[in-house]
Amino acid sequence: MNETLASVGLSFLQLSLLLALAPGLNGLIKRMKAVLQGRKGPPLLQPYFDLVKLLRKDAVVSEHATAIFRWAPAVYAACFATAALLVPVLWSSAPLAGWGDAIALVGLFALARFALALAGLDTGSSFGGMGSSREVAVAALAEPALLLVLFAVAWRSGGTDLSSASHYLVAQGVAAVAPSQLLALAAMVVVVIAETGRVPADNPDTHLELTMIHEGMLLEYSGRPLGLLVWASLLKQIVLFSLVAALFFPFGVAATPSEIPVALGAFLLKLVAFAFVMSLVESSSAKLRILRVPELLGAASALAMLALVAEVVVG
Amino acid sequence: MEGPLPGLVLTWQLDGTSLFFALVILSISAVTTVYAIGHARHHHGFPGSSLLYLLFILAMLAVVLAGDGFTFLLAWETMSLTSFGLVLTDHRREAVREAAWAYLVMSHTATAFIVAAFLLLARTSGSLIFADWTGHASALDPSVASIIFMLGLIGFGTKAGMIPLHVWLPRAHPVAPSHVSALMSGVMIKLGIYGLLRLSFDWLAPGPAWWGALILALGATSAVLGVLYALMEHDLKRLLAYHSVENIGIILLGIGVALVGRSLDLPVVIAVGLVAALFHVVNHATFKALLFLGAGAIDAAVGTRDLERYGGLLRRMPITALCFLVGSAAISALPPLNGFASEWLTFQSLLALGRAAEEPQTALLPLLAGGALALTGALAVACFVKAFGVSFLALPRGPHAAAAREAGPLELIAMGALALACVALGLGAVPVVSFIGRLVPSAAAPLPGSALGLTSLGAGRLAVPGVAVALVALAALAVFLPRLLGPVRSRVAETWACGITLQPIHEYTATAFAKPIRLMFRDIVRPVRDVGIVHRAGTRFVASVHYRSHIAPVFERYVYLAIKDRLVAVAHVVRHAQNGSLQTYLAYVFVAVLTALLLAR
Repeated sequence: MNETLASVGLSFLQLSLLLALAPGLNGLIKRMKAVLQGRKGPPLLQPYFDLVKLLRKDAVVSEHATAIFRWAPAVYAACFATAALLVPVLWSSAPLAGWGDAIALVGLFALARFALALAGLDTGSSFGGMGSSREVAVAALAEPALLLVLFAVAWRSGGTDLSSASHYLVAQGVAAVAPSQLLALAAMVVVVIAETGRVPADNPDTHLELTMIHEGMLLEYSGRPLGLLVWASLLKQIVLFSLVAALFFPFGVAATPSEIPVALGAFLLKLVAFAFVMSLVESSSAKLRILRVPELLGAASALAMLALVAEVVVG
Repeated sequence: MEGPLPGLVLTWQLDGTSLFFALVILSISAVTTVYAIGHARHHHGFPGSSLLYLLFILAMLAVVLAGDGFTFLLAWETMSLTSFGLVLTDHRREAVREAAWAYLVMSHTATAFIVAAFLLLARTSGSLIFADWTGHASALDPSVASIIFMLGLIGFGTKAGMIPLHVWLPRAHPVAPSHVSALMSGVMIKLGIYGLLRLSFDWLAPGPAWWGALILALGATSAVLGVLYALMEHDLKRLLAYHSVENIGIILLGIGVALVGRSLDLPVVIAVGLVAALFHVVNHATFKALLFLGAGAIDAAVGTRDLERYGGLLRRMPITALCFLVGSAAISALPPLNGFASEWLTFQSLLALGRAAEEPQTALLPLLAGGALALTGALAVACFVKAFGVSFLALPRGPHAAAAREAGPLELIAMGALALACVALGLGAVPVVSFIGRLVPSAAAPLPGSALGLTSLGAGRLAVPGVAVALVALAALAVFLPRLLGPVRSRVAETWACGITLQPIHEYTATAFAKPIRLMFRDIVRPVRDVGIVHRAGTRFVASVHYRSHIAPVFERYVYLAIKDRLVAVAHVVRHAQNGSLQTYLAYVFVAVLTALLLAR
């Protein structure tokens, strides 16, 4: 009973932390991008203001929309909230460790996509259909790459459990660094770019029909449901970043409760570093033509497969 | 041979494996029968079709209960012939007759291979009784064992719908009445898996590792190509039939792992592989039967199997839509449903084999198969977003879809029961898996208490009910927490279509939806596009444009037509021997008798 209470409490803390940081992370990336591109950029806290505004606004719902459209935001948000509890963040064990592993995490991502892609088709608009169609096509290559990366990184810890993998990496320290991890990291960066809808795979700042993927599915949403979807997408981004932090840069992770402030500092530092990398990538590359995106993701899948093979053959 | 008239005594056996498959057959056919009774008002079969349907179910039961080769073949042939008859239900249509013909030819060729395998097995053991085959398994010459394995693999693989022996499946399953399609896709093709299991685990001693490796490779190919071809389809029942090819591939992955494990003598790997395969057998039977019944209900309501003419059915058939949604999520391996639980186990079995293999090159194949399985899962999500979204959401794309009515109560009860089973098998994955382990002792995976996990391997853990509880609780939070910010209203308005009123023609079609994937995998699926523009005489103005797009039938063209061409060429040569002259025929008889006498001397 105490154990259940403890994991509920930890879940609450971790989810609150990630939900609170998620908009700020995006604000930071936007600000860094603006500075790199010689603009002033929106204030750091702008995503928070946007979210509060959206969550208080009335919604306009299409007359053709069904229950799928109404329920998709809640399912989408629940998937990433559950995923957020399967990833170790401040200490090397996730709040719901043992309930789901890497495969469950990818399964939750797939469920979220299933819900949102259906919602994109639900209103009958061509933009929604286009967004859904492109999203499932891009994910068809990004999802295997993500799964293979997770398999490769978790291989030496003996399974598919993310918390065990994090335990193992923390315990091994520098000794855990292996060539296969470089390959896996390269694949993971591409996957994170594609899954968070960033340049060069997608453009988070546009509603131009020629390029958009993720935004196309959201086009018919407004008001509170849109706020929920935006927040959930930001949560997805920070979950992916936490995954990279836990599996590739596991230093500073707390072992005892007294180390939590240090771990929090290290986590924030890693987020800032990742935000900088993201803004650098986004500022220095152009959006790929939609039909070239599969090549990028195919390369990521190949890298991930190589990482797994290298892990087995060399490691 | 045993007894004075070998084979004329039908022997039966009931062990755990038989019981497992018998339970699958009985439970799924109970549901499809309820559906068939309700569906009878739409589909008047030919006289005696109900009898044939019952005989088909009995024959499937007899296959798994048969205790010797003769009984097995008798049941197997009855099963093939009764299902052939049922496929022919709508025999007035040319396409149906062609599909049934292809099915008949393929299943008989397959039976020929099975007979050959049985004869070789019977030769060594001197008996047709299965138990004797098991007893004499180690006496078999290894090369003969490999020949038997290959013969059986071709024979049973054809029935299972394994690529490249799958071509009958997307033809025959769509044209049968839906309750028959549900049984054929959900249950009958699993008997190919049953035969393969018996052959490679009971009748043959542990063989070389390439047996399992071959099955792994075939499974991975079937899974990826099955789902790719399904994505290219806009005939709902053909789409589902191709998904059967995909799921047979996933089942074969588990069997391949178990078989390699058997060759390398790794009991835990055998257990994980077998339990993954058998669990997926149950799960696929459940959701595929559900989806086929749903497709039947839609077909009856709209009058076509063409996805492009559906649309907006969720408002008109809400309960069918809900059941179909559950089935779609289950077949796409989404948590917390049953398809996810068994795909999770399949992943774990592949990783377990990769880990247990001593040489790196042995580990390579299961890892590649794992990559293929990951790709399959992602593509299945794409396919069922398409199938569900285009059928049930947005505006109806034609008058028939607009006039669709909900299915009758018995049909809904049947679909509802299967949808509940999809949820229950997912949440109850742990008891189901341990039940399978009790039935099939070699599949008894070492399971810890509450979570589905393989701690003895140090592999991952999964608690499907936990994930389900977290999802429901957090979805509720996502709905209720924003309400603290105060009430908001929601206003109903038009969909934004750039200022014009939304028409069905603005909606994304199934073909358009799959286009990015069609282009990404164009080297595999080989799409053919045919665009013709007709200009008005003497002007550059366009009078009409036609656009046709289809998928080149690679296997039919390069495998089956090639074989057929060779056969016809041989037949042309042989024709010279049959010249119609009585003297020549007498000469043949004379030579034949003379040869027989010389040989028998």
